[in-house]
Amino acid sequence: MSDTAIAAPDGHVETPTKGRSLWQDARRRFLQNRAAVISLFVLGLVCLVAVLGPFLAAWSNEEVDWSVLGDIATLGAPSFENGHYFGVDELGRDLFARVVQGTQVSLMVGIVGSLIAVTFGTLYGATAGYVGGRTDNIMMRLVDILMSIPYMFVLILLLVVFGRSMWLMFVGVGLISWLEMSRIVRGQTLALKSKEYVEAALAIGVKHHVIVIRHIIPNLLGVIVIYATLLVPQMILTESFISFLGLGVQEPNTSWGALISEGASTLQYGTYWQLFFPLAFFIVTLFCFFFIGDGLRDALDPKDR
Amino acid sequence: MTEFIIRRLLAAIPTLLILIIFSFLLMHSAPGGPFSSDRPLPPEVLANIEAKYHLDDPLPLQIWNYVVGVVTQFDFGPSFQYKDRTVNEIIAQGFPVTLTYGTIAFVVAVVCGCALGITAALNQNSWLDYFAVGISIGAQVLPNFVMAPILVLIFTLWLGWLPGGGWNGGQWQYMVMPVIALSTSFMASIARIMRSSLLEVMHSNFIRTARAKGLSARAILFQHALKPAMLPVISYLGPTFVIMITGSVVIDLYFTTGGIGQAFVNSALNRDYSVMMGITILIGCLTILFNLIVDILYAWIDPKIKL
Repeated sequence: MSDTAIAAPDGHVETPTKGRSLWQDARRRFLQNRAAVISLFVLGLVCLVAVLGPFLAAWSNEEVDWSVLGDIATLGAPSFENGHYFGVDELGRDLFARVVQGTQVSLMVGIVGSLIAVTFGTLYGATAGYVGGRTDNIMMRLVDILMSIPYMFVLILLLVVFGRSMWLMFVGVGLISWLEMSRIVRGQTLALKSKEYVEAALAIGVKHHVIVIRHIIPNLLGVIVIYATLLVPQMILTESFISFLGLGVQEPNTSWGALISEGASTLQYGTYWQLFFPLAFFIVTLFCFFFIGDGLRDALDPKDR
Repeated sequence: MTEFIIRRLLAAIPTLLILIIFSFLLMHSAPGGPFSSDRPLPPEVLANIEAKYHLDDPLPLQIWNYVVGVVTQFDFGPSFQYKDRTVNEIIAQGFPVTLTYGTIAFVVAVVCGCALGITAALNQNSWLDYFAVGISIGAQVLPNFVMAPILVLIFTLWLGWLPGGGWNGGQWQYMVMPVIALSTSFMASIARIMRSSLLEVMHSNFIRTARAKGLSARAILFQHALKPAMLPVISYLGPTFVIMITGSVVIDLYFTTGGIGQAFVNSALNRDYSVMMGITILIGCLTILFNLIVDILYAWIDPKIKL
């Protein structure tokens, strides 16, 4: 409640009992969840590789190592001596540099995509729930309609028609999943709308859009954070799926999906590392996000209190 | 009941219209028409071809004709890339293949998933339970495009038991790996949902009553617990269908089974817009149909829901 000490009448200063906010409570619970904390740590390492990787790599992701080119299955294996920590791909490019680059792209798609989905879904759902009545009815009916559209196909259609740019990918992947978010947020907003503090804000003449932004959305933050964390791995999966089909990011850029696809198609030549390293990064990161999402849900879910 | 079905079918109309019009406009706004190539055609020839495909009509008329064609005759028009084939022929060639292994994968996922979930729930906190939960967590991060290469690595390259691709008229050896790759992650999700919902049901009062009056474990499970525990699983089956069809794209591509997903990716790479549109709309129709079936099934099992 207060940070300032209150001076009692007899002169000595009382230290007030420190209140615990919802977020402090949540942080304590989250830190007790061992799987989630370890996941957070591992995820931090993956991010570190994505950021610092280019400085650690001995080769760039576009350079071709001509010395191994004829015999990649034996010479191109992972080794520290020639600087190819993860080996090379079938074109003689350093796999470590490529994985680092793919990690950057995949993480970025995951984060930017879910930011778009969460922002759009929250604003849409909060508006529908707050305004209510016929507007709400129409807005949610529209969501119902859009929900039964096969998005993966529409997204591929979009990518083919407008050309495969990375930004279109980010936006398209994000726009796929705002629908679910808007439904969740609307349900919560309906409950929040009738709270006394909203009534009080209305009574002193606060404008509607200010109420939505200042009073409704902050109270939705718990739900939003949980959902966003669970959304990131889905975004990464979607992007990898499309890149696996060869319709995603374009060379020389790459992503986990594209690398896995390459690794899968060169499997019969015995270059197992080409599948192993991207796959390991992919699986470990998805695991981390799932565990962190679970941990956050346990920490922030008001039902548990 | 009938009224509910009719109402749902009517509600499907705007969805399909939005889908058709959206994809039509998208296709129309594509830079470079379907006939622009490296070697530009003389303008007169181009005009002739465009007249043949009615691309020179005003836009609303084109949309109207397309919608009428799709609705009245289920006719998606000609393919832009293969001049001698219609979209319907391409779909008719690929769809049975996808349907065959898709249905098998669906059945496998539901049966194995339910069995796994039930076993886990009945032996809660035993090694069987941990095993089942472990599988379902593991399968969550192994989507079909990761499963497919791993399966090929094990069964084709190392063990040499199964052919690495092809369809061969649907012989079982060619179907094993596509079915496994497609069904794993659903099996895992279904197992997880089944486990938690059955656990909840098993702790409820009416099960305790059934136990108290001396029913056998088998009778409790099959006569009392299973039906309410199935509800969350059934509501999950609606979206599953779409994910399954989407997943078939990867299966078709990796195992070259020649299903509809392969047609879709090929048309995407060739910019064959009419085939892409046709497949997208077809899948939209199937999605709506499947959601309807799931809703009816749901109402049939849950007596609390009135249609």
